[in-house]
Amino acid sequence: MDCVATGGNVKVLAKAIHSLSRIGEELYLEPTEDGLTLRAVNSSRSAFACFLMTPLFFQRYQAPPDQALRCKMPIKSVQTVFRSLSSLERSVEKCRIEMNTEQSRLRITLHCKHGLLKTHNLSFQDCESLQAVFDKDSCTNMLRAQPRLWVDTVLHFPPSLEEVSVSVSSDRVWLRNHVEDDADSSKAMMTELCLSSEEFDHFAIGSQTSITFCLKELRGLLVFAETAGLPISMYFDEPGSPVVLSVSDSVLEANFVLATLSEDAHQRNHNNNKADGPRAGLPPDDFMCDDIDSYLIAMETSDLAGPSYEPQPQSSSTNHKSRLLSEEEDEEEESVERPPNKKFCSLFFGSVLPASSQLTNQTVQSQEVLASDSEDERQSD
Amino acid sequence: MKFRAKINDVGCLNHFTRVVNTITKLTKTCVVRLTVDNIFFVLSGKVANGGVSMWCELLQVNFFDEYQLEGVSEDANEICLEVNPENLSRALKTAQNAKSVKIKLTKKHYPCLTLAAELPSLSSISRVVTHDIPVDVIPRRLWHDFKEPSMPDFDVSIYLPPLKTMKSVVDRMKNLSNYLVVEANLSGEMNLKIETDLVSVTTHFKDLGNPPWGASQSQSQSRDVEAMAHARVDIRKLQQFLMGQQVNPTKSMCNIVDKRIIHLILLQEDVSLQYFIPAVA
Repeated sequence: MDCVATGGNVKVLAKAIHSLSRIGEELYLEPTEDGLTLRAVNSSRSAFACFLMTPLFFQRYQAPPDQALRCKMPIKSVQTVFRSLSSLERSVEKCRIEMNTEQSRLRITLHCKHGLLKTHNLSFQDCESLQAVFDKDSCTNMLRAQPRLWVDTVLHFPPSLEEVSVSVSSDRVWLRNHVEDDADSSKAMMTELCLSSEEFDHFAIGSQTSITFCLKELRGLLVFAETAGLPISMYFDEPGSPVVLSVSDSVLEANFVLATLSEDAHQRNHNNNKADGPRAGLPPDDFMCDDIDSYLIAMETSDLAGPSYEPQPQSSSTNHKSRLLSEEEDEEEESVERPPNKKFCSLFFGSVLPASSQLTNQTVQSQEVLASDSEDERQSD
Repeated sequence: MKFRAKINDVGCLNHFTRVVNTITKLTKTCVVRLTVDNIFFVLSGKVANGGVSMWCELLQVNFFDEYQLEGVSEDANEICLEVNPENLSRALKTAQNAKSVKIKLTKKHYPCLTLAAELPSLSSISRVVTHDIPVDVIPRRLWHDFKEPSMPDFDVSIYLPPLKTMKSVVDRMKNLSNYLVVEANLSGEMNLKIETDLVSVTTHFKDLGNPPWGASQSQSQSRDVEAMAHARVDIRKLQQFLMGQQVNPTKSMCNIVDKRIIHLILLQEDVSLQYFIPAVA
């Protein structure tokens, strides 16, 4: 493989790397006839990101004759090459990426002003293809908005917030912070933002629903989309099935596939938070038409008991799609960092089988093989 | 118990935000006392917070366009809430360019101060962001902890030098010692000093002026104008006060009760902030 990116595209490439670094520890690189793909997956395999830079993105693009070339490397080392975006913008004229399969080296050369050359040789490992299988076109709900809107939206939530819930109705979108049941929710500030459908470039809601996913990856994609000035599309179905965040233009495409909390977890959350869920039945904008008495409360200072909020006991992770791995992946299990024991583990990789009878209300679709991730670590040793 | 207030003016909103930010820098939790005319932010001097206490007073009419309050009862027409000012500050931060901000007391699963901001949007319909800030309602029997602290019978009262100057001095001194001695006299002189085994550093301020408190402070009237009153305080507490303040006071002064306490006062047209730092031996 040998490709050269120039001018502003170097920065786009750098931002893509930075976005991917928010997802996982390793960068999966695969040059094909269709372009250069850059992928990452998080350790719990609940988030996957893929960038495709088409041959037109590059000034010169030469796919390897050997189609099976796939490799991975620590993303930190690639990030180092593109660390300072401002200096990239100021001084780098072009960036050449070559792959030397004999030495297992990826060479990235930055051609800077005044004839300065910076060459980085990165070692890589061979690996199998990493690909989440998703079909965003079959999703019933789609929202598309300028990155500015997403950035402004995310700003309202504290940086420490991990998960956000998005609820949609036919003309509105609500975002609120998701607080885990076991968290001390009586101390957490709850934030809710309501957006009108008019703010979106495209607003197609097939079914009113509410999904919860990690904010971190969305923030990662925003880093990229904001620089590239590309609108972000969000495709999603019911809780439990992945949400796909996507940006594209004529020369590149990026898809972030994120797990969402599954239905039962959501239901519980709904029961706990009456404010949750699409509130189609409520007046369209209760902030505007409020009458004082509808909001004021009567509280006895002497008796604060009231209907106190008691988080329901944490149910086991069987309420959620469990982490299930394909057989191939199991082989490398020892070498892979165990995923955090978090309930948030919907998967797109490997054959997803219902873990137990408790998954009865899941769609048949989830039983299909959603993806195959069959990397073989032994090969590269 | 009912409370609802609304700010329409962006200037008032910024001003209120600055006050809350200042409080946030001073304490992790504080008590908000709402009365018909005022909002108070109160920290009572408990041992747990190093004996520091704070009293911040706002005239509600200067901040809010609408303000409705119904207290616990007719004879005690006020509400006392314990709140984490950081939450309030964060909520206000996301409402910076809001067209209007409403703050109301609500009961969700727990009592909340709900802050709702109407934000400009790309369409004709405003964006609305609401923050439910959990609060603890303080029962009336505990209110006596949150009364305005009485002015100590101070030995010396003096205007402070520009707070920025003081801050840069204190910041440097903090690297050398954990305690700082504040001393001042009635002829406009103030010294900030640290003393360690290795080094003694003193910064002298002159011609600061002494606020006229009238004849009520008889103790200071009869005092020798050159005699210094001093108090040794935890330097971090003083630094915290100097670091966090965002209210740009028109007047700032310090009262010293010899070897007992320093009492810092920041005055602005519609805000006053008092901060008490106990002296340590």
